[in-house]
Amino acid sequence: MIPAKFDYIKASSVQEAIGLLDEHGFDAKIVSGGHSLIPAMKLRLSRPEVLIDISGISGMNTITEEGNEIVIGASCTHADIVKSDLVNAKLNMLAQTAKCIGDIQVRNRGTIGGSLAHADPSADYPATVLACDATIVVEGKEGSRSIAATDFFLGIFTTALAEDELITAIRFPKVTTGNYQKFFQSASRFAVVGVAVVKEGDAVKVGVTGVSDTPYRATAVENAYAAEGSKAAEHATDGVEVMSDHFADEEYRTHLAKVFVKKALEA
Amino acid sequence: MQITMKINGQTYSHDVEPRISLAQYLRETVDLTGTHIGCDTSGCGACTVHVDGAAVKSCTLLAVQVNGSEITTIEGMANGSELHPIQEGFKEHHGLQCGFCTPGMVMTAADILKNNPNPSEAEIREGLEGNFCRCTGYHNIVKSIQHAAEKLNA
Repeated sequence: MIPAKFDYIKASSVQEAIGLLDEHGFDAKIVSGGHSLIPAMKLRLSRPEVLIDISGISGMNTITEEGNEIVIGASCTHADIVKSDLVNAKLNMLAQTAKCIGDIQVRNRGTIGGSLAHADPSADYPATVLACDATIVVEGKEGSRSIAATDFFLGIFTTALAEDELITAIRFPKVTTGNYQKFFQSASRFAVVGVAVVKEGDAVKVGVTGVSDTPYRATAVENAYAAEGSKAAEHATDGVEVMSDHFADEEYRTHLAKVFVKKALEA
Repeated sequence: MQITMKINGQTYSHDVEPRISLAQYLRETVDLTGTHIGCDTSGCGACTVHVDGAAVKSCTLLAVQVNGSEITTIEGMANGSELHPIQEGFKEHHGLQCGFCTPGMVMTAADILKNNPNPSEAEIREGLEGNFCRCTGYHNIVKSIQHAAEKLNA
């Protein structure tokens, strides 16, 4: 399968990439690893006329510690995150999440920024980004802004990114008391259900992916946890429209969501 | 677009369309047909090659994206007539039947062993999750990689 024709431009700076995005609007797409975009282009589900490659921009593939935060450059691959000593020591659940994605080859190319911008409803990172209360740092022609994870995901393949914006980094608070639990789609390795839990004393933060068309914070579980403990998992899909497809219908997916929230609460 | 890359130690330069995958470029322009295209959707792993030392699925990569990189394909693994220890393992342990998946299996095995020179059987099986074999049932592929690990560590 060969994508429709497009022009390819390798950007050497964030400013250049933003300028090109601004110039070409919806006809342009940002590519880094390309592991979500290129398959979509091969199926002609996506037909950009201009591809702007940001993988060569320096400073966007670093992982650093800044005060109480771990800052992950948007072009870091899943493998960079899995292998990072800093992430393993101070944000272990992100390494655990990245390790669940695809396979060795996919992890060597796919990037965290690309995955978040693509916003596949069955992607793994959204659950962890939500549970950690991470911040998505984006840049556009008006400058830089930070978007709270809870404000970032708007719907299926839809985010708060404006047309001229790209993700430059993701800022995570250090978290050592969290975990990610996943029920794999057996062929694609995407999450049928993915649940991230961060524990802070008696409180929990619960991020859920794969269950609805938009990843969400399971606030009903969070509110019930103090009184009910891990039985609060029964509220995993309260107020949520549960997806139904040939991998898992609504009833089964709802059941899986409860089982995996419980698992993550008890881990 | 003009691209230049080093493939198995030799420099190649070609004018390619941006929409051509690395797998197609290797097979059709450079005539290195050892890299196979199976599913063409990044599932099966038959197209696995190394870009700057890391295993990737070359069907889901544009040739222009790896302009300036160093590529290793299955053709670059043996040293003349001397098989790479992973290739030798596949020969010794009957790690292939039809052979279609084998180039990808060998390239992924090289990545597994590079990052973990003493993998357990479970770690080998986990490492191969992105490579499909429809003939062997995987047992002999795992044995082949264990053979290579022993040989490389000797």
